Amino acid sequence: MDKFTVHTGRAVPLRRSNVDTDQIIPAVYLKRVTRTGFADGLFQAWRASEADFVLNQQRYAGASVLVAGPDFGTGSSREHAVWALWDYGFRVVISSRFADIFRGNSLKAGLLTVVLPEKTVQRLLDDISDDPRIEVTIDLLERQVRWPGEVHGFELDDYTRWRLLEGLDDIALTLRDTAAIDSYEQARPSWLPVAPSR
Amino acid sequence: MGSTLAEKLWERHLVRSAPGEPDLIYIDMHLIHEVTSPQAFDGLRLAGRRVRRPELTLATEDHNVPTTDIFAPIADPVSRIQVETLRSNCAEFGVALYSMGHSEQGIVHVIGPQLGITQPGMTLVCGDSHTSTHGAFGALAFGIGTSQVEHVLATQTLPLERPRTMAVTVEGELQPGVTPKDLILALIAQVGTGGGQGYMVEYRGAAFRQMSMEGRMTVCNMSIEWGARAGLIAPDQTTFDYLRGRPHAPTGADWDAAVQDWTGLVTDPDAEFDAEVTLDAADISPFVTWGTNPGQGVPLSGRVPDPAEFATESERVSAEKALSYMGLTAGTPVRDIKVDTVFVGSCTNGRIEDLRATADVLRGRKVADGVRMLVVPGSMRVREQAEREGLDVVFTEAGAQWRQAGCSMCLGMNPDQLAAGERSASTSNRNFEGRQGKGGRTHLVSPLVAAATAITGHLASPADL
Ligand code: SF4
Repeated sequence: MDKFTVHTGRAVPLRRSNVDTDQIIPAVYLKRVTRTGFADGLFQAWRASEADFVLNQQRYAGASVLVAGPDFGTGSSREHAVWALWDYGFRVVISSRFADIFRGNSLKAGLLTVVLPEKTVQRLLDDISDDPRIEVTIDLLERQVRWPGEVHGFELDDYTRWRLLEGLDDIALTLRDTAAIDSYEQARPSWLPVAPSR
Repeated sequence: MGSTLAEKLWERHLVRSAPGEPDLIYIDMHLIHEVTSPQAFDGLRLAGRRVRRPELTLATEDHNVPTTDIFAPIADPVSRIQVETLRSNCAEFGVALYSMGHSEQGIVHVIGPQLGITQPGMTLVCGDSHTSTHGAFGALAFGIGTSQVEHVLATQTLPLERPRTMAVTVEGELQPGVTPKDLILALIAQVGTGGGQGYMVEYRGAAFRQMSMEGRMTVCNMSIEWGARAGLIAPDQTTFDYLRGRPHAPTGADWDAAVQDWTGLVTDPDAEFDAEVTLDAADISPFVTWGTNPGQGVPLSGRVPDPAEFATESERVSAEKALSYMGLTAGTPVRDIKVDTVFVGSCTNGRIEDLRATADVLRGRKVADGVRMLVVPGSMRVREQAEREGLDVVFTEAGAQWRQAGCSMCLGMNPDQLAAGERSASTSNRNFEGRQGKGGRTHLVSPLVAAATAITGHLASPADL
C-alpha cells in the first residue's frame, strides 16, 4: 500500500447523496478475477446514460479528489467499489457522511475518506463547480483540507492515520507480528488437521 | 465467572492482543472456492507475498460448476474463468484443490466435515457466509470477505474485534416429521433477520443434544440468516462418533488426546451470555417461507400473512414488496401454493441424511406432472453413498433428476436456475429476490416438505400424502 502524507489534486463535484456501491460499481463487474482494471466500471450507469455527468466532462479529466453528497458508499459491502475509485485515479473522497463498511474498506485499502461538515462540503462543491482548475490539498500530517481561501480540519483516529502515513495495509501490519505467529504455531496440538498435499 | 464456549475458543486462538487494537486470531483451517478467492490471490501477487501455510488451506470448486455434464468445458465464460483462475492460483501457490470430477469435490461446507477436516475447538474460515455450518462441531467458524481471505492466506491469522455471545436454548424434543430446518426457520421468523447481529451464538439444550451432526450443520448453516457472526454447538459423543475414522480425523494416541481435549469444550455453568433466546421444541411444526427473506416464514399449516398485521411500518412495506414479488395474495393457505420446481440440495440440506429423508418420502411415488425436481448431492462422496444405498434409483423412478455435486440451484450462478416467475420449494438457505435466477420465487423448506411438495405439486408435508 502506498504511503499517504499530503495529496494535492483537482477535484470532481458529485452532487448526489446516498450513492450506493452498486452505483459506484455495478454488479456485473464483480465477475472479474483481478484486483485491478475496474476503472471502466466506475459510475458506469451514469457515465453511459448522462452526457453531462461530471466524469464525462473534459474539464474534470485527471482529477484525483472526489467530493460527494452525504451518505456515500451505502449498500452492499463490495470492496470493488474502493478498487474502482482507486483505479480511476481517485486518492481521496470527501463527503459529510460515509457508510461505515465502505469507509472501513477504503481506509484499509489506502483510499482516504475525509469527513467534513455538510456546509463545508457544499462550499467545496460550489468552488470546484465554478472553477475546475482549483487544487485541493488533503494533508494527513496536519489533518487538514485546504483550497484557495479555505482551511478545514478533519478527524481521523491516530491509529488509522499512522497506518496510512506508514503505508501499512492490514497484512503488512500483521506481518510485523510474525514472531508471535511463529511461537503460537509451535504450541498448536499435533492432531490438528492439515489439507491433503498437492 | 466462567467462560462461554465461544469465549474459550477465542482465547485459545489469541496470537496477540493489545488494548485499543483488534485481537489477532490464529486460523486453523482456511477453505476457499472459486468465487471469493481470485482477488485475494491477485492481491498476494501484486504485493509479492506467498501463502504462509498452504497445508492449512483447502480449495474446492462449487458455486459455478454445472451439475450435469461435468467433463465438458463450462459454457458460461465468467464461470469458466473463475474456475480456471482457481486452478491456476492453487497450482501457483501450492494449495490443494478438489476439482470437478474429483471424488472429494463438493460444496465447501459439505466436504470439510465429511473429510474430518472440521474438528471441535478449531477456528475455520472461508470467504463464504455459510461457513457457520462448521460450528456444528464446536468449532469457531465464520465467513470472511475477500481482503480477509488474502490476509489469512498471507498470515494464517485475522485481526478481529471479539463479538458478543448469545445462547439459543431449545429444550424439549422435536415432534416426528419436524426437522432441524423447521427449527431454524421458526427461530429466524421469531428473532428476525437481524436478531443475531454481532453475536457468536451457541445453540444449547435437549433439542440439539438429540440432533444428528447433519441436523446440527443445517441449524448452524443458517446462523448467518439471522445475522449471527458464528453459530456453534458444544461437541459431544455424537460429534466424536461422526468424526472417528474420517480421513483427516486424528488416530491412535492423538485421537484419545483430542477427545479428552474436546470433552472440555463446553460453556462453564457460571458463564454469562450477553443475550439469551429460548424456544420450546414441542411448539415447532413444519415451517416454510412465504416472502423474500428467511425471516418471512410461517408454519405450513398457516396462511400467507396480511401486511397490515405487521407491527412496524418497515415490516409492512417489506411484506407488501415480498408478496408482490412472490405473486402471492394475503390470506392464502400456505398449502394452496403451487410450485413448478423442487430443489433438494445445498450446504443446508445436501448431505446424506437429507437425501435419505427425501428418498423415504419419494419411494414408490411419483413427482407431480409439470413439476421439475432436482436432487443435487452436496458432494461427490454424498453422491457415491446415495448410489450405494440405491437412493438414486428412488429419485429417478419418482421422476426427479439426479445430479452431480455442487451449489446448483441454491444460487443463480451456474446453469441450474429458475426462470422468471417460476416458483420453487427449495431446501437451500436464501429466498432473496433473484437468488435462484432472475425473477424466480423461492420458498425455503425442509427436505421432507420438499419431497411431499414434489409429489402433490403444492406446498405439503409427508403427513398430507
Ligand atoms: S450451497 Fe448455496 S449457500 Fe451453500 S456455499 Fe453454495 S451457494 Fe453458498
